[in-house]
Amino acid sequence: MTAPDPMRTMRGAAVWVIALAAGCAAPGSGVRYTLSGGEIREPLSNAATAAADAERGRKVLVSREANCILCHAAAETGERFYGNLAPPLSGVGKRLTAAQMRARIVDPLFFNQESIMPAYYRVEGLHRVAENLRGKPILSAEQIEDVIAYLLTLQ
Amino acid sequence: MIRRGVVLLLLLAVTHSAISAQSAQPVQPFRPTPLKSGIDFSGAEVRALQQDDFSSPAMLWVTRGEKLWNEPAGNSGKSCATCHKDARVSMKGVSAGYPKVDPDTAKLTNLEGRINQCRTQNQQAAPLRYESDELLALTAYVGLQSRGQPVNVVIDTQNRRNFERGRDIFYTRMGQINLACTHCHDRNFGRKLLNDTISQGHGNPYPAYRLEWQTMGSFHRRLRACFFGVRAELPPAGSQDLLDLELFLAWRSQGLKVETPGVRK
Ligand code: HEC
Ligand code: HEC
Repeated sequence: MTAPDPMRTMRGAAVWVIALAAGCAAPGSGVRYTLSGGEIREPLSNAATAAADAERGRKVLVSREANCILCHAAAETGERFYGNLAPPLSGVGKRLTAAQMRARIVDPLFFNQESIMPAYYRVEGLHRVAENLRGKPILSAEQIEDVIAYLLTLQ
Repeated sequence: MIRRGVVLLLLLAVTHSAISAQSAQPVQPFRPTPLKSGIDFSGAEVRALQQDDFSSPAMLWVTRGEKLWNEPAGNSGKSCATCHKDARVSMKGVSAGYPKVDPDTAKLTNLEGRINQCRTQNQQAAPLRYESDELLALTAYVGLQSRGQPVNVVIDTQNRRNFERGRDIFYTRMGQINLACTHCHDRNFGRKLLNDTISQGHGNPYPAYRLEWQTMGSFHRRLRACFFGVRAELPPAGSQDLLDLELFLAWRSQGLKVETPGVRK
């Protein structure tokens, strides 16, 4: 990872306090995790990690649902087009652990309050969400664990 | 020196609060610099189509609009031309000043709304449906008479509330994707979202022919596409939300030249 800039670390720290105090559990949605020290150590679903599958994860990554490649290049996926709004994911498996990736995917605003990356496992504090999507995270716990399994293969 | 420091601080405060606006806190609006039309971010094919009236598919709607302008409609038996005569003279520069507060209703009205007001009140005809070919045609024809003129809206006591509501929508994160308009159109123009180059998000070409739609579409239709993109609830075309946003965006694009009828990818 590149050295964090001081602004980011400060904001990150402020959010951290809240995260530590509150954890996150949205009633009824099944969304639950604990983010601390920039990591989510526990898998989002135990059953999911046991069965996590990198190939399924690749498909999720390029799907319209997740659309990670809207912003991130990831040449390994073999897709034709990528956005360039975000750092390329190539080699991310060397830079981040599964726990760090999980935190980045679940709550990018923890790391950067101005992040443009969507929180893939968040259901609260959102505005004007399309009715059919309200209360639902962008990806399920299983899908996120599959994506992590895939990202770990990007060495 | 001190002055400069203050300005810098102000600027920092402005950009910071604007971007991190999670809730609708008051935000100091700003314009992207340098101000650039979406056509400057478009590919050669789109630019060529827009530049050449003979090959621009949008001109089909203009031709139709010119015909409608001169056709009597409704119980009044009057056409637009009965009252306004030659649009090339009477409508010159008009669309560059929209949306506007209508003096009779005291409501913010865009060009589509104004055309429908003339339909119902002056022609005594049924209003045209938003996104119908007829309304697109008339809007494009009237809009063409301002082509090349700078967008010019004035924010005053009458429309300030509308302006502020539009501004708040622009800077507030929304939808399941949780992004605000500002995240893409102030912070990331010129970058690629998959295979689309993000522009500054101005309304100066509308109504415009979009290759993706394979037809002409209104400004509100384009705005709805961005709401859809962030997986937010879609405000209906002609709704207060979109009118207020349209006013804010017009202020933000002040000085850009009207391109109606534009062409976009
Ligand atoms: C709309 C843009 C956008 C989308 C979509 C997006 N990201 Fe990101 N992502 C970013 C940005 C920008 C960063 C850089 C850090 C920041 O600003 O939050 C980032 C950072 C990351 C990082 C940390 C990379 C590193 O090297 O430290 C990971 C991992 C990541 N994203 C994974 C994903 C995955 C997986 C998906 C899809 C499930 C995804 N992203 C979708 C914008 C996006
Ligand atoms: C995730 C990124 C993203 C967000 C958020 C977003 N847009 Fe866009 N917008 C785009 C892309 C991509 C296009 C198509 C390329 C272009 O013209 O910029 C576009 C196009 C536009 C255009 C057409 C510009 C032209 O010249 O034809 C307007 C106007 C616009 N957006 C306004 C908005 C407004 C207002 C919001 C918030 C309600 C918004 N956008 C939110 C990505 C976004």
